[in-house]
Amino acid sequence: MTHIQHEIEERHVLTVTVDNEAGILAKIAGLFTARGYNIDSLTVADITDNHAVSRITIVTHGPRSQIDQIHAQLERLVPVHKVVDLTEVGPHVARELALVKVAGIGEKRVEALRIADVFRAKPVDTTTESFIFELTGNPDKIDSFVSLMRDLGLVEVGRTGIVAMARGAAEA
Amino acid sequence: MSEERSGASILVESLVKQGVEFVFGYPGGAVLPIYDALFGDERLRHILVRHEAGAAHAAEGYARSTGKPGVVLVTSGPGATNAITGIADAFLDSIPLVVITGQVPTALIGSDAFQEADTVGISRHCTKHNYLVKDPADLAGVIDEAFQIATTGRPGPVLIDIPKDVQIATAIWSEGPTQRHQRYNPRTQGTADEIARAVEMIAQARAPVLYTGGGVINSGPRATALLRDLQTRTGAPVTSTLMGLGAFPADHADWLGMLGMHGTYEANMAMNQADLIICVGARFDDRVTGRLDAFAPNSLKIHIDIDRASINKTVQVDLPIIGDCAIVLGQIIDGLGTRALPDISAWKAQVDQWRARKSLSYPANAAAIMPQLAVERLYALTKHKDPVISTEVGQHQMWAAQYFPFFSPNKWLTSGGLGTMGYGLPAAIGAQCGNPDSLVIDIAGDASIQMNIQELGTATQYRLPVKVFILNNEWMGMVRQWQELTYESRYSNSYSDSLPDFVKLAEAYGWKGIRIENESQLDAGIQAMIDHPGPVIVDCLVSKEANCFPMIPSGAAHTEMLLYGDEVQGTMDDEAKALV
Repeated sequence: MTHIQHEIEERHVLTVTVDNEAGILAKIAGLFTARGYNIDSLTVADITDNHAVSRITIVTHGPRSQIDQIHAQLERLVPVHKVVDLTEVGPHVARELALVKVAGIGEKRVEALRIADVFRAKPVDTTTESFIFELTGNPDKIDSFVSLMRDLGLVEVGRTGIVAMARGAAEA
Repeated sequence: MSEERSGASILVESLVKQGVEFVFGYPGGAVLPIYDALFGDERLRHILVRHEAGAAHAAEGYARSTGKPGVVLVTSGPGATNAITGIADAFLDSIPLVVITGQVPTALIGSDAFQEADTVGISRHCTKHNYLVKDPADLAGVIDEAFQIATTGRPGPVLIDIPKDVQIATAIWSEGPTQRHQRYNPRTQGTADEIARAVEMIAQARAPVLYTGGGVINSGPRATALLRDLQTRTGAPVTSTLMGLGAFPADHADWLGMLGMHGTYEANMAMNQADLIICVGARFDDRVTGRLDAFAPNSLKIHIDIDRASINKTVQVDLPIIGDCAIVLGQIIDGLGTRALPDISAWKAQVDQWRARKSLSYPANAAAIMPQLAVERLYALTKHKDPVISTEVGQHQMWAAQYFPFFSPNKWLTSGGLGTMGYGLPAAIGAQCGNPDSLVIDIAGDASIQMNIQELGTATQYRLPVKVFILNNEWMGMVRQWQELTYESRYSNSYSDSLPDFVKLAEAYGWKGIRIENESQLDAGIQAMIDHPGPVIVDCLVSKEANCFPMIPSGAAHTEMLLYGDEVQGTMDDEAKALV
């Protein structure tokens, strides 16, 4: 009998600066599938006035050696300008935006609003029996909020995946 | 001078500007405008293959034997998909190709049009880079960048997909430099600190070995010369991967032969016991390392590679140096200067003891020609012509690597990484185009040769005097060997049934056919092949049961090599079977 062996895994946040050209997202996502890497979340948007450059934030997990390979393989793609492993660089800010729809009346509705206030979640849509809350924060904070809303009439959750940046004055 | 030209015409001008001599291709609906632009143009020579896989392999053979990029031109849909195997082959073996594919008109993309395939999508992970060009004004810049990407850094295939309407539409074209990205700048030299550390490690080593690969050949003749200089300076024994054969002369006293699964005993033992491995342009492939946890357990490792992603991919190294082999070797030689190096004579005496095992010896056979002997005789009778050798994939390929010595780079064309049966004949055709005066021989097997046998017609058409030397044992020999060693000789579908009469087949294509049936005909048959001015197939009937040794069985360590005459077990545990 043979069994599949598992190694100790780490979670890393990478930012990738790329030429904003056709197929680049497919190239990066495909690199992960083709080589058996994991994507926990991936966000992308262009960051320059002329739409020429995009910044991609990827959260991945895997054995240490695999993270190093992911870094090298990403750098090998021609349209990739720069890859930064924020987990490696050190302290960084990671933020995610979530939209959370909660339906309910009476005490549950009031309680949802009260908790939203504690989390600084903003109601962006309201009916007499529902809210959509907008919430930003690190993924743990969003997890907690969603889990509290579960008992208060949670209907639907949408999350962006994280955008991250190194702390301090310098560009990472 | 600038003027309005069609996309197809801009393509042709750009290829000429790049110094392209040959285009290996096959026409079809979506490339008709390009074929029309090629019509009557004397500056580019188009070689019409018989199948698009042949075009890609021929371009590989041309590139590998000349050091220049190979150019492929095929149509959309099946033209592109047929070429994919050759593109993937070039990707794994780091061969510079520029592949032009036609595409359905822009307005039809995504509509499942006739002969439409998502070529950019399909080729994404087997090209170094690829493009879909939607405006003829971008073409000149894209082609310019494609050649730079294909030929610099770690070389590889670059694909340019051009919709038919973009070939017909016009744009301003000028002879000057193109407008394009300047974004691809691979690192080529080591840092002073890295070189100093390498020098220190070499100066401490008492049992060093140079482990070289295809990167030395890709780097060019200067890398080959500097490798020899570094070897002279250090005295270290040298082994090479399959792809690196020819970078170091095979008659040198410190040559160990090829390493890995079918490498020599001395090469694998030296790798296992060395205290310093200097890896130059090789990538610790699984065919080289065998069982990873037992690979070179006590050595320090320096890894010189132009591709950062090759570093620590399978084997953790102590000192990676990212850079071009020639530049880094030069830096290390300069760094060593006149520094005294330790005496390594005890190590070399140990290597000689391993050499004394004579791991490439094989039993004589009165009943049939041993394939190893056939390769040895082929070498003996052709060496004065310094031939270019291509191979297919399988036992014959390993026998060629083991028994046909090489002395200079660019003479050995084989599919190493992808292991593509059917590579050898088109590669030989491409090599003959680039080396019209050379003797080019495809050492083939009876099964592999049939995978691109249609290319016989290409050689006939262009009067290319390539030779195909088939070691015919009526088996897919390597499959049969594995079934014998690991599946208790259950020969599932590995017998080459219904083989054609290769001599008659040769004659049908206007080639000469020669059959060698026993040892007494061997030399005369080879000589007749050499003497014939045109293309020749030699059908050399060899021993059907011969196996390829030495062999490191799947999942075994370097020290557990099987040599000829070893007792071989008939089965293997599941863990070993799961390895490739």
